[in-house]
Amino acid sequence: MTRHRTTRAWTRRLAIVFAAALVAAACGDDDDVASTGGNGSDGGEQLEDVTVTVVTHDSFNITEAVLEDFAAETGITIKVLRSGDAGAALNQAILTKDSPQGDVFFGVDNSLLSRALEEDLFIPYESPGLDAVDDVYELDDEHRVTPIDTGDVCLNYDKAALADAGLEPPTSLEDLTDEAYRGTLVVENPATSSPGLAFLLATIDEFGETGWQDYWRDLRANGVDIAAGWEEAYYGSFSGSADSSGDRPIVVSYATSPPAEVVFAEQELDDAPTGVVVDSCYRQIEFAGILAGTRHEEAAQAVIDFMISEPFQADIPLNMFVYPVIDVDLPPEFVEYGAVPEDPYLLDADAVARNRDEWIETWTEIVLR
Amino acid sequence: MSAAPAGARSADGGGRPAVTGMVLAIPLAFLGVFFAVPVVTIISTGLRERGAWEPDAIIDVLSSSTTRRVAWFTLWQATVSTLLTVVAAFPAAWLLARVRFRGRALFAAGLVVPFVLPTVVVGTAFLTVLGPDGPLATVAGWFEADLDLRRTATAIVLAHVFFNYAVIARTVGGAWYSIDPRAAEAARTLGASPFQAFREITFPQLRPALASAASIVFLFTFTSFGVIKILGGPRIATIEVEIHRLTADVLDLQTAAVLSLLQLAAVVAALGVYRRVGQRQGQSRLREGTSVLRPAHGARRVGMIAALASATLLLATPIVLLVGRSFDTAGGPGFGYYRALSEVGRGTISFVPPTEAIRNSLLFGAAAAVTALVVGGAAAVGLTRLRGAGRGFVDSSLMLPLGTSAVTLGFGFLVAFDSPPLNLRTSPILIPAAQALIATPFVVRTLLPAMHAIPDALRDAARSLGASPRRVWWEVDAKLLRRPALGAFGFAYAISLGEFGATVFIARADAPTVPVAIFRALQQPGALSVGQALALSTILLGLTAAVMLIVDRVGERSLGGF
Repeated sequence: MTRHRTTRAWTRRLAIVFAAALVAAACGDDDDVASTGGNGSDGGEQLEDVTVTVVTHDSFNITEAVLEDFAAETGITIKVLRSGDAGAALNQAILTKDSPQGDVFFGVDNSLLSRALEEDLFIPYESPGLDAVDDVYELDDEHRVTPIDTGDVCLNYDKAALADAGLEPPTSLEDLTDEAYRGTLVVENPATSSPGLAFLLATIDEFGETGWQDYWRDLRANGVDIAAGWEEAYYGSFSGSADSSGDRPIVVSYATSPPAEVVFAEQELDDAPTGVVVDSCYRQIEFAGILAGTRHEEAAQAVIDFMISEPFQADIPLNMFVYPVIDVDLPPEFVEYGAVPEDPYLLDADAVARNRDEWIETWTEIVLR
Repeated sequence: MSAAPAGARSADGGGRPAVTGMVLAIPLAFLGVFFAVPVVTIISTGLRERGAWEPDAIIDVLSSSTTRRVAWFTLWQATVSTLLTVVAAFPAAWLLARVRFRGRALFAAGLVVPFVLPTVVVGTAFLTVLGPDGPLATVAGWFEADLDLRRTATAIVLAHVFFNYAVIARTVGGAWYSIDPRAAEAARTLGASPFQAFREITFPQLRPALASAASIVFLFTFTSFGVIKILGGPRIATIEVEIHRLTADVLDLQTAAVLSLLQLAAVVAALGVYRRVGQRQGQSRLREGTSVLRPAHGARRVGMIAALASATLLLATPIVLLVGRSFDTAGGPGFGYYRALSEVGRGTISFVPPTEAIRNSLLFGAAAAVTALVVGGAAAVGLTRLRGAGRGFVDSSLMLPLGTSAVTLGFGFLVAFDSPPLNLRTSPILIPAAQALIATPFVVRTLLPAMHAIPDALRDAARSLGASPRRVWWEVDAKLLRRPALGAFGFAYAISLGEFGATVFIARADAPTVPVAIFRALQQPGALSVGQALALSTILLGLTAAVMLIVDRVGERSLGGF
């Protein structure tokens, strides 16, 4: 068989570079091992060399050094397993409850809490650190879950776009049904999005069991846009996000989105490009619990203690853009651009548990059909 | 290797059952462990959610008007998307197969780029193009029409054409390239019009490859998720979107299981149709040494320009937009977002140095592509030795992962692999295995038509010269299959780079890839978040183009080049 060897030199070079990169990559694996925690060298602790696996969602983040300090102090290495958004992560934990993927679950919020508790996902533990936590955040009397952080789902608005349109920012939920705000709002589908559900709950809290349906009929008549999830709404439809392709100046997002816009700005900003409608917020509380079936219950308890301790709590804001549940100093961006609603909407957890599916079904009928 | 006597021929066309069984054991074992076990486990978990089988509940789901509407829309959009993709990409296939032009290699490699891009990133570019300020609306404005295609079925179909263009262009183009043009040329000298020559001579030979590629596009669009979610909005649902919502959001596993079964049934039916259409064996002849590429003159030149222009318009617009935005920083054009990749979030557990993400992507890609080539290669060899119902069964089974919901498979892994001997839930093996599952059908669909195209005369000649069956296979089949095998390898690599399918649901403590880094960047608002996602997407598309260029080059060399 004859072959024409007409390879061009550059392709061969490119191929060699690639092969070399692959080999280097294959050999370089060792650097990763150390990254998840220290090795508990100070021997005297009883929990020495235990690894506690924290199962959580994709948004979980924390400074590595905080985990390393904890490991050095207690000998407990924390391994973080992340998969999917908050809903998917919780459902995975429920599906695997007979053989859990880890020891601690972080990231169930108050609107999904009932599902986790009904499934007996967690075993009780009352952390001594709860003394420093405001009682309003403790939603389970049996202490199967511990509050770790809190955030508010609020309407955000694009300051420049509203000004261009000659509109004042809305000040209440009621305002959105005003003709002036026609076609300005995008919200997430409560069936598929956690902020979407929180916003629906806010409207139910405001307008009551019967009034909220009329409110949504009015919103629909006023041209509300529905996106599947937060990314689709914030990056796809909202005009105020950086480099946006959207044309809606009002979106359901978080009270901390303006500070995030400033922290992650590409050039230093004098002011946040977006603002928060303070009287539109629904309170979300995020909990952690010890997974039933853990083989490291004691170490898992230490991890819960750690999560409501000062080092972890102070590290929360700039990594997860939610507020700590104990009193710690907040980063300046939060103080300046964040909004802390005085009296956010919050429905009784039992009422949410009983009615959530029916509300979503009704909402779907009213808004989407 | 011992030379068997020339008379030791196996039964015509088929093979010895023992050998066939051994070859097929590889793909069947792979499918059994990584597909059948998890899918059966999760579906049966769902169907018996309340402890027992509930036939009434199943019937309720199947007969509800919502299910019917969703199923109908799923089928409709997949069919239309597939047909449009075939029509749109056909000229590019011809271009790759028949025309010599500068930049051909780059064009061929670049076609694959859209295929790997994350939908959430390209989706925003699409929204711009389709929205009221986009170019389409501007054109409509000239005719005094308002046009806003966001959140419409049209948007979905257009995006599907964009993402799947390469599947048709490269698969059909590859098959076309190996067809001897002399028969068509002879027909032309005998007075046939170009159209007649194409219809009578070329098209029948292309049909198996065309049906193969179209069936893959159909399955991809039938189970498409991200595109429907971002471009279709919440009023448009497909079976896949419903399964995802029911599993990941609502935790109604029973309804999800019924819909998963419905989806599988639809896919099996579609594959039945495909086998009827695509079965007729082509007559193509693989050639060695001489090039079938012709320079572009006259009508050929017009065709080339038209094909290039349409491909550029469709594929390049969103990509150029994306790459441009990755350099478009507030202080003017620059590398700010790329620098941010190694700075923002440094010291937190989410931080992924870009070099590490690239390294992980390349490693997983290599593992997935090699796995897919081994499994798919063995499957294709086994399939050529099978006839009748057995063949239909194995063939369809191999395609099923493409038609299965990613969330079904992902949650299936979770519940099925939680105890020995399959304690694989958090094993790094699972990621390339899940990707290979999606890539294997590509390998099979690329290799099968090529295998059928190998002239028996060549094998006969080898046999009559005294070669053993194994030797014949090695000297004839294996050598002629290198090019299609490399093409399939490249696609498998691209699938892995793009992180298709169930990998989203696999919990991983470390080894984040480029797409994972993109999703992490988009978790928070802010210009740097978006900018990092754009920069990473640009890196991802560069990586893909580089892998495809190398694979193409190696392929050309092994077949004698141009």
